[in-house]
Amino acid sequence: MMDVFAFLFSTTVLAAAVRMATPLIFASLGGLFSERAGIINIALEGIMLTGAFSAMLVTSFVGNPWVGLVGAVITGAMMALIHAVVCIRYHANHVVSGTAINIFAGGLTVFLLRLVFNVAGTSPAVARIPAVRLPLVADIPWIGPVLGQQNIMVYVAVALVFVSWFVLFKTVWGLRLRSVGEHPKAADTVGVNVFVMRYTALALSGALAGLGGAYLSIAHLSRFGDQMTAGRGFIALAAMIFGKWNPIGAMGAALFFGYADALQMRLQEVGIPSQFVSMLPYVLTMVALAGFIGRATPPKALGKPYTKE
Amino acid sequence: MKFDFKTLDYTAIAAPFISVVLALLVGSLFILLAGSNPWEAYRVLFTESFGSMDAFALTLQRATPLVFTGLAVAFAFRCGLFNIGAEGQLYMGGLAAVWVGLTFTTLPSYIHIPFAILAAAVLGGLWAAIPGILKAKLGVHEVINTIMLNFIAFYLTDFFVIGPLHGGRAGPETARIVESARLTRLMPPSRVTTALYIALIAAVVVYIILFRTKLGYEIRAVGLNAAAAQYGGINVAKNIVLAMMISGGLAGLAGAEQILGLHTRFIQRFSPDLGFMGIAVALLGRSHPFGVILAAILFGALNAGGAAMDRLTDVPRELIVIIQALIIFFVAADQLVRRFLKRRRAA
Repeated sequence: MMDVFAFLFSTTVLAAAVRMATPLIFASLGGLFSERAGIINIALEGIMLTGAFSAMLVTSFVGNPWVGLVGAVITGAMMALIHAVVCIRYHANHVVSGTAINIFAGGLTVFLLRLVFNVAGTSPAVARIPAVRLPLVADIPWIGPVLGQQNIMVYVAVALVFVSWFVLFKTVWGLRLRSVGEHPKAADTVGVNVFVMRYTALALSGALAGLGGAYLSIAHLSRFGDQMTAGRGFIALAAMIFGKWNPIGAMGAALFFGYADALQMRLQEVGIPSQFVSMLPYVLTMVALAGFIGRATPPKALGKPYTKE
Repeated sequence: MKFDFKTLDYTAIAAPFISVVLALLVGSLFILLAGSNPWEAYRVLFTESFGSMDAFALTLQRATPLVFTGLAVAFAFRCGLFNIGAEGQLYMGGLAAVWVGLTFTTLPSYIHIPFAILAAAVLGGLWAAIPGILKAKLGVHEVINTIMLNFIAFYLTDFFVIGPLHGGRAGPETARIVESARLTRLMPPSRVTTALYIALIAAVVVYIILFRTKLGYEIRAVGLNAAAAQYGGINVAKNIVLAMMISGGLAGLAGAEQILGLHTRFIQRFSPDLGFMGIAVALLGRSHPFGVILAAILFGALNAGGAAMDRLTDVPRELIVIIQALIIFFVAADQLVRRFLKRRRAA
């Protein structure tokens, strides 16, 4: 019994949990800005994938992974803006547009991978964003190996959670953004430009999801692989819901889902069927939505097109 | 999240065609990017999907599962529901089909095949009933739940294929189902099977249910305006659950086709996004059963021709995926297409 306990809380598993949670944190923040503004964003998966690809592509040409990050941010924002234009200007169904983005991203990334590198599955290796050793934290026993020597992107993700929370709940802009997602007509009446808010939110959303993808290709690993996001965009969406559309809640959920992922990998290594652990995030999200563990309620105007009268 | 099917004017009929043309036009930019001649690439795509009997057989084979998933998504649309869970329902249907195909080894074909197909439809339907009930009873939106259930189905079938149903060979797949459960091939050597007939029958049945029965009338009423339907005495909750179950059952049939006809075994994660492509097929087919058939044939042709185009030209086959996504964009943003049409008419 002690062995199981020691295994579940071993620094290897916990450190892996933090690593696996990081792309989810970025993307769930992306989902948050979008949905708080009233736009359903199931395109997170596709946006992450293009982010991962462009981060690798830019890094392989420039040689500097930081420039690769910029590439991922720009591409992510651009993909999200396509989603924005189709949803906001042409009143398309948000879920349909998101599905199209996801399919498009899957095709486009492999199409370009084959054109540029003449390979189908995995890109050549590129430079990575380095890990850092936090001076004092790294020396604390148990906590050090888990939190003290992670990739820089891990710390960036955590910082962005608190920045996002502050922006959403403590600034006028955040209030406006939320009002656009809850009651666009009322927001419009008091002079908030609903369309500008929604486009800005989507660009931010794409940039964040793009960073989540970049983490996978140029921080966690150092190459791009076909469909490398493997459903993480959807888990991020689940984390956002599970965290009740709140950045700190989403981070908590992402950490928990990352833990399930890390545990699943370790179980697989020792030959224990891990599928039921892998299912956990999805099952829990359904339970949360059904209201069994404190109802998760989405923004009121989510998914509804807005027409100025 | 509401679809407007009432306004069936001529732009509604023309819009899908224009969407396809626009997608092919934008697609040609990607062909140019690949350093090829769009005309030549599209010529290969066409000859290798419609140009010969063999090519056409491949098109039909690829179209068959898409008819089922397209009908599945379309049926839910008609009730105002967005079933992105067809992929998961397909896997559950496939799991039921392969189980029946492996387990009952002494049944004659005329019992074994219908049994396997029915099992697939039932398990697919039950899988879809979960989000249906959650929507009807608790008001939880079906989109997130169907996405979540897709992943749960992936992992659940992974478990069976690697574990209890593993076939003993190295790969993550089951053993082959017995002869008596395999669908008959119609055009050998192609793998077009009697599933093609079942698909066409399913489309007719869906048409009859939707437009010739009380159930279909109620389902469409709920889809057009749930509040008004409720006021008019229609049990909205019951219709939502039924619509999801029928939708899931249709997706389950796609799984049966893949197992009993194409693969004759369950290979881990075998589906090339058939459930998601069903969304595209339903949208392009305007959620009408006969539109779904046409759209499925188009998508089947793209898939059939895409492989050959990859082989014979410098254009990667992923172009096909890009074109399919573009078709969804243009169909989704049909206000853009309609605006374009209106402007033309006004000019």
